[in-house]
Amino acid sequence: MTTHDLPGTPIFDGGASRRGLHMNQLFMSLRSAANRERFTADEVAYCDDYRLTPEQRRAVLERDWQAMVDLGGSIFYIYKLAMMDGRSMQYLGGVFSGMTEDEFRAALIAGGRTDV
Amino acid sequence: MSEVIWGLATSHVPSIGAAMDHGKTQDPYWKPLFDGYQPARDWMAEHTPDVAIVVYNDHANGVDLEVVPTFAIGTADHYQVADEGWGPRPVPDVVGDPELSQHLVESLVDDGFDLTLFQDLDVDHGLTVPLSIYCPDPGEAWPCRVVPLLVNVIQYPQPTAARCYALGKAIGRALASYEPDVKVAIFGTGGMSHQLAGARAGFVNPEFDAMYLEAIQTDPERLAGLSREELIRMAGSEGIELIMWLIMRGAMNDEIRRVHETYHVPASNTAAALALFDNRVQ
Ligand SMILES: [Fe+2]
Repeated sequence: MTTHDLPGTPIFDGGASRRGLHMNQLFMSLRSAANRERFTADEVAYCDDYRLTPEQRRAVLERDWQAMVDLGGSIFYIYKLAMMDGRSMQYLGGVFSGMTEDEFRAALIAGGRTDV
Repeated sequence: MSEVIWGLATSHVPSIGAAMDHGKTQDPYWKPLFDGYQPARDWMAEHTPDVAIVVYNDHANGVDLEVVPTFAIGTADHYQVADEGWGPRPVPDVVGDPELSQHLVESLVDDGFDLTLFQDLDVDHGLTVPLSIYCPDPGEAWPCRVVPLLVNVIQYPQPTAARCYALGKAIGRALASYEPDVKVAIFGTGGMSHQLAGARAGFVNPEFDAMYLEAIQTDPERLAGLSREELIRMAGSEGIELIMWLIMRGAMNDEIRRVHETYHVPASNTAAALALFDNRVQ
């Protein structure tokens, strides 16, 4: 078994980083208030500025968090977009693991998901 | 001669910093963790270093994916606190120690570790949260100078655990040959078990964490033998950042004394721990 075959565990490797570079650069740019304003004003144009692929553009515009991971997004970069939407890392954890945010938070408070 | 006086292994979860910044440390969610820190904080407050080497990773704040250095060191005299998207943390900027950084670079390169240099770097929660865990109320300035040492733990392939431990040993040799009479603390940050993405998000492994917390003192060679695959499987895809603790450990003596430890689940999506070690055991 290699690192890349661990079930339920996406590995952000060189290939993912190459595929996701422009999308991750877009997420990184959202650290600045001026860019967040520009993004909010016209998300489509902003995605085009960063030369996202059509699949990445759809994932970002529709907030398809799982697709962003699959298309080369790094979770630390994706989180910048989630924060803009007022979403927490627990919310994202719920999306990835098929739970509501409250269920995910409760699972962590109960000691974490020790059986996965 | 310089001397490592203590080493601190600690998680660097951003919400730990946010809990301090927003006065939530006595909330039921956070109180057990911060109560667990207190004995270590009291001891460190009485054993103040002149400079701290903080081994950490950036999280898309001071560094992006255009350049991915495996090991890097800050050589500046000043590091600004990064704006991670909601304004910088309300903590002092970090004062560097360019003279020590330069010595480390020369010694480590001669020793076979070809580090990338950051002459300009904003430091994110990976560095500032451990400083806040050490010193919750810094006032106008942190109590010591800081040398940031960065490790790529985000993009595969991360450096091996063995290479991290060897780098720590090389840092120990470099410090032993540093003439100025300075007291050094070394921070190994990150962990413990956690995974942020994928169907296994929320994974926590208390048995592995307990083993790691014990072995970091008593059997670091065993931890240095863990493969990337084993670390990701047993600690989660983000738990692999525990390799940074081995850099701290390598820079310390073979015999160290455990001053205090604490372990708590959760801090957000993460198992959080602190382990403080005195390097001056006779
Ligand atoms: Fe980290």
